[in-house]
Amino acid sequence: MTVVSTDVDREALSLTMVCEFDAAPDRVWRLWSDPRQLERWWGPPGWPATVTAHEFTAGGRIDYHMTGPEGEISAAWMRVTALDAPHFIHLEEGFSHDDGRDNPSMPLSECAVRFEALDDASTRMTVVFRYSSLADLDLVVGMGMVEGLTAAAGQIEGVLATAA
Amino acid sequence: MRGGITYNLVVVRSSELSDTEVDAIFGALADATRRDIIVRVMRHEQSVSSLAAHYSMSFAAVQKHVAVLERASLIHKQRSGREQIVHAVPQSIAQARSLLDQWEELWRHRAAQMERILAEGELERSES
Repeated sequence: MTVVSTDVDREALSLTMVCEFDAAPDRVWRLWSDPRQLERWWGPPGWPATVTAHEFTAGGRIDYHMTGPEGEISAAWMRVTALDAPHFIHLEEGFSHDDGRDNPSMPLSECAVRFEALDDASTRMTVVFRYSSLADLDLVVGMGMVEGLTAAAGQIEGVLATAA
Repeated sequence: MRGGITYNLVVVRSSELSDTEVDAIFGALADATRRDIIVRVMRHEQSVSSLAAHYSMSFAAVQKHVAVLERASLIHKQRSGREQIVHAVPQSIAQARSLLDQWEELWRHRAAQMERILAEGELERSES
């Protein structure tokens, strides 16, 4: 059993996944550090990833895109915010526009990945995923939308009352 | 096909609400008291009892309105001592929350793919 546990925390808006592999941490680390291996597991089914830039150092950037079943392209990036081979990687993730520029209107998220040797030939990998830019989004999108809906619902009621 | 949908959902749904969510939101906002509660807690968070002080209805009736808003993910209740504090939940947070299950599915898929690659061994791999 690879995945030991997954835990969705709706309050903290985070996801924690713990899994164990029959391979040493050095080997599991290469699934991330080698772009040709990374692109074999990163994309969801039907959306293979192609890594176009892979600077696997603290502060480095990974650019990639995924190709959908209809040939549609979804471009995205990761920034390595911290790493220590083969112990941990911290990544920030976001989406890109078609021309490669960052798309700031899509939510940013971050991932902290920890690798621990269970013995010579097995590794526990813990992934903690969380959204990182919700505070900004709330102010811009969230409040405006609820206020808009609240006002609209009030108007509808007003119209109904007038019509009655 | 399934996977494509998963990824589409992760990407696209972050800017859209499902019909069910929209129904819940409109249902919740179709009442003047509930709209008033939303506007009050958007200005600042407050307890159910201080909200109840603004209305002529019973505490239990106000609590019911708060529960409807909570089911529509428009507000969130948090216990603080003996009080229940009501916060407005911006829609971006409500959407992010509903997307967590999609992320969970995606990460499980990723773990399975990783295991598959590891199982191939390093026969034809020379990188280190």
